[in-house]
Amino acid sequence: MVEPFVITTEPLDPAPLAAAAQTPDDGAVVVFSGVVRNNFGGRPTAFLVYEAYTEMAVPVLRQIADEARARWPIGRVCVHHRVGRLEIGETAVLVVVAAPHRDAAFAAAAYIMDRIKEIAPIWKQEHWADGAAEWRE
Amino acid sequence: MITVTVRFFAGHRDIVGRASAQYTLAAGTTLGQLWEQLVTEYPRLAGYTGRLLFAVNQQFGQPSTILADGDEVAFIPPVSGGR
Repeated sequence: MVEPFVITTEPLDPAPLAAAAQTPDDGAVVVFSGVVRNNFGGRPTAFLVYEAYTEMAVPVLRQIADEARARWPIGRVCVHHRVGRLEIGETAVLVVVAAPHRDAAFAAAAYIMDRIKEIAPIWKQEHWADGAAEWRE
Repeated sequence: MITVTVRFFAGHRDIVGRASAQYTLAAGTTLGQLWEQLVTEYPRLAGYTGRLLFAVNQQFGQPSTILADGDEVAFIPPVSGGR
């Protein structure tokens, strides 16, 4: 049983989410992975630390999925976000949207990711290769 | 009087130096008034004024939201970047 909306310190794996989201009604499953990049604007990054207000973030993720469902004909949605220290190349967030058709699945996945950035209480601290660190705000 | 718990995250926690604090306030105090009190106590928070989300008991609120005894309040600094 895959919980649809999760904040976790454990590494993220897209395969179980895609399997959990897909039903026989769906012709499309979009899986978006947000991964840790080795630079920001050309400045080298060493690693990232993510933090969440977990008790609020989970219901906010559910709210965002409901917003998407009101806009597009989509099926199941899963969003898993990792917190804690993440190394370059690790997955920070997975957004999975299943739908009868791909247009809605792509649009809803993009919308959900944008809204996570806007309102989900989840923060990213950039640790630069030179040793400095700052919250990305 | 009412007592509320304020949770601090990310840059706010760095400025305040702790993850949560309790505040005893006059009945009828609003979220916006509590934020102003915090800015007075921690002037470095002032830069966040006008670009915050407000939450009471894990739900989004407004500056005009009136606080109640036992509420858990969070002033949510801008969330993570990336595009």
